[in-house]
Amino acid sequence: MHATKIIKMAKAGSVESNDILIMMSPGEGSIDMEVESVVFNQYGDDIKKIILDTLNEEGVTDAKVIVKDKGALDFTIKARVKACVRRGSEQDEL
Amino acid sequence: MSYKTLLFMPGNNPGMLQSSDILGADGIIIDLEDAVAITEKDAARILVCEYLNTFDTTQSDIFVRVNPLDTPFFYDDLDAIKTLNITGVVLPKASVESMEALDKYLTENNLDFKVIGLVETALGLEMAMDILSRSKKVIGVLLGAEDLTLDLGAKRTKESEEIAYARSRIIAVSKALQIEAIDTPWTDTDDYEGLKIDTLNAKDLGMTGKALISPRHVDIVNSIFAPSEQEVNHALRVVEGVKAANEKGLGAFSLDGKMVDAPIIKRALNLLKMSGDYKEEYDGLLK
Repeated sequence: MHATKIIKMAKAGSVESNDILIMMSPGEGSIDMEVESVVFNQYGDDIKKIILDTLNEEGVTDAKVIVKDKGALDFTIKARVKACVRRGSEQDEL
Repeated sequence: MSYKTLLFMPGNNPGMLQSSDILGADGIIIDLEDAVAITEKDAARILVCEYLNTFDTTQSDIFVRVNPLDTPFFYDDLDAIKTLNITGVVLPKASVESMEALDKYLTENNLDFKVIGLVETALGLEMAMDILSRSKKVIGVLLGAEDLTLDLGAKRTKESEEIAYARSRIIAVSKALQIEAIDTPWTDTDDYEGLKIDTLNAKDLGMTGKALISPRHVDIVNSIFAPSEQEVNHALRVVEGVKAANEKGLGAFSLDGKMVDAPIIKRALNLLKMSGDYKEEYDGLLK
């Protein structure tokens, strides 16, 4: 599995209904995640699992992740995490 | 498949994407171009891929409108969608160069995608026949009146007299190439009476369907373009009459006291394609 390093702050998604905002920054040796969701009581653990699984697929083991969920389905959560990882791991062009 | 309705869906809006398949449109055009901000093109591509890899869309054919060739996003969009189970691609600002580039990409990647060319510039309109002939994958042409009138310096009105020439030219080209002619969307989402008049005008001119930007327009446009039961029954009788005449070696025959010749047969076959009653066995009837 490839390793991906988060090297800068990045965000993806939105706080519109059915979407989720993922914000990511370099971590301190592990995944540190804060989740806020309109359906946290019902689906908080599921949301965290999807995010962790997607980070694992993307090879990210070290990041601080802040999440604001507005009722996103699984495909949206995965998409926004992937977009955020790509943005956070890209070198800025000079 | 004849597309009475092709509904645009913004590619970066998960709420709209996840409901797109149940809205009743014959086809969905997931938009990576105008509906997606430049800073969100990457996120939209990923979202569209996740959506289409997760959901089995069965009610509507799926097309993706990619960004134009003269942007940095054209090939990134194609690379992103090439493994998806979609019907085809909508090519914006279609030109000879962009149609050839798209055809080359699809051929080199062995992609069986259909193509709808979006004509929305003055040059594109005048060269439509040439542009749309550049790929055998083209199954339709879509008129984009908002960008076209901008290019023409014309005022866009609800009466649409300013696009009468464009509509007629697109229709003539589509008939010559035997592809579908898809009319421009009606952009006032709350004016249903205006939508009905505009759609009827387009249909009477020869358009075979209409693009839409609002889910609330789907039922109205579907009902206008859908052939009536009476029309379908008449078309089926024409086809049966042709089959019987062919068996007897007759060139022409009469139905209800009126002579049935090639134009009548062709109209009947087109109507059956639109109603979904067309069968492969009708292919040879117009020899």
